[in-house]
Amino acid sequence: MDFQTLVFFFLSAILIVASLRVITARNPVHAALHLILAFFTCGGIWSLLQAEFLAIAIILVYVGAVMVLFLFVVMMLDINMDRIRQGFWNYLPLGAILGLLMVLEMGLVLGSKYFQVPAAEALVPAGISNTKSIGALMFSDYVYPFELASIVLLVGMIAAIVLTYRGPKKTKYTNPNQQVFVKAKDRVRVLQMPVEKD
Amino acid sequence: MDALMNFGQGIFGGIWPAVWTLLKIVLIVAPLMLSIAYLTWAERKVIGYMQVRIGPNRVGPWGLIQPIADGLKLLMKEIVVPSGANKAIFIIAPMLAIAPALAAWAVVPFNETLVLANIDASLLYIMAITSMGVYGIILSGWASNSKYAFLGAMRAAAQMVSYEISMGFALICVLMVSNSLNLVDIVHAQDQGRFASWGLSFLSWNWLPLLPMFLVYLIAGVAETNRAPFDVCEGESEIVAGFHVEYSGMAFAVFFLAEYGNMILVSTLTSIMFLGGWLSPVGFLPDGILWLFAKVAAILFLFLWFRATFPRYRYDQLMRLGWKVFVPVCLIWLVVVGVWMMSPLNIWN
Repeated sequence: MDFQTLVFFFLSAILIVASLRVITARNPVHAALHLILAFFTCGGIWSLLQAEFLAIAIILVYVGAVMVLFLFVVMMLDINMDRIRQGFWNYLPLGAILGLLMVLEMGLVLGSKYFQVPAAEALVPAGISNTKSIGALMFSDYVYPFELASIVLLVGMIAAIVLTYRGPKKTKYTNPNQQVFVKAKDRVRVLQMPVEKD
Repeated sequence: MDALMNFGQGIFGGIWPAVWTLLKIVLIVAPLMLSIAYLTWAERKVIGYMQVRIGPNRVGPWGLIQPIADGLKLLMKEIVVPSGANKAIFIIAPMLAIAPALAAWAVVPFNETLVLANIDASLLYIMAITSMGVYGIILSGWASNSKYAFLGAMRAAAQMVSYEISMGFALICVLMVSNSLNLVDIVHAQDQGRFASWGLSFLSWNWLPLLPMFLVYLIAGVAETNRAPFDVCEGESEIVAGFHVEYSGMAFAVFFLAEYGNMILVSTLTSIMFLGGWLSPVGFLPDGILWLFAKVAAILFLFLWFRATFPRYRYDQLMRLGWKVFVPVCLIWLVVVGVWMMSPLNIWN
């Protein structure tokens, strides 16, 4: 067994344990932390496959930004285990169908050897930075899907803001815009006065 | 150098590459820790003189042994874990704070050859690793089971995520003009152009054509490291000590090391990306690692100067600066640089 295989099994073991803990941990903060560990290990496995851009991107985007905000929300939850447990049997059929679908999809993808799908050729020759090749492809062959995806994201962002905006606040609040442009001259007037003697 | 490699090969045999890498890591981390210790001394001295005091002057000449004494004191103290705290996360949090601060140094070049791992996408690696530093702060605040600590953690999370965006945009401008993600290539790209050929290479460094980005990066760097005037997450006058209010002894010291390590890291990155790294400012002096150290020291002095000068930002002002000032400035300058590079006036080819 060469070193790469050893690293792969090491990372996979961590990934599987962490992913299992995400769904079995009772404390939601622990679950979120295990999800972060799973993403990080996933980045490790991808860099083992020499997909360094994807590996760094998952750490930068998911670990560095998405999960921070996720943790932010999870920490403020008031968890009541009894209320979470209720309705388990109602949701089970839907959850089971979704789970089976995911298992089927994974089987189709991972079983490519069994179904004798010809292996995809490596498009990028060794020695070329795959960050550069992804960028070049994204802005040449796939420029329309890429722009479309960015528009979808923008629409989603605006929709989220519109849905959560509750109209102007009725309370008094300070406007930092006006505050930072205030000059000392407008606030304090220094008067020259003759010294008074009694 | 070859003699050393042969000697090591002879003693350790097949595991010599691993031992050699470990040695290099020690050669980076040990001076870094020493710099952190003396940065705390310099901070107290500089701020002391700015406030017409003397600063530490009892332990050793000019108080030079003060940081060692402080370290020893913290080492001897008991680590108190508050009741009701989540013990495992409480202990892990300081480690999560310092690990990214040290891991980022793996790709930082000190000159053309003096770099632990000269990888292709080192700029991306730096961005990814430094974005994880916020976990130590959030988790310490949550695990402490204390209201002040939790408030500090929430503030830190919001602040660091906001300022990372403008920092990222500033770095995108840098990678556009240097056409590379590799930090060594980014420094080399600053050594060409009209001014560099006249022997005035300090005018061809990135800080001049990317001046708004330089300022944004520097200020966002101060905010990312939670230093005054952006230290709302530990604002003493409002929430005691913020996220590390429940920490004592070495656990507290590790947070301290992480903060100062991040300061040195941000200063080094600013010097590499905008101030030409190890390049000499004028043609007749040789390039060298000493230039890098001088630039880092100058930026660190700015950090201390800011702390002695500016009052703390209020939370809403801080968010306004991040989102309503820096992000639009970055977006506009990104377009300006793009148009500039495509126009006949392009100075970077």
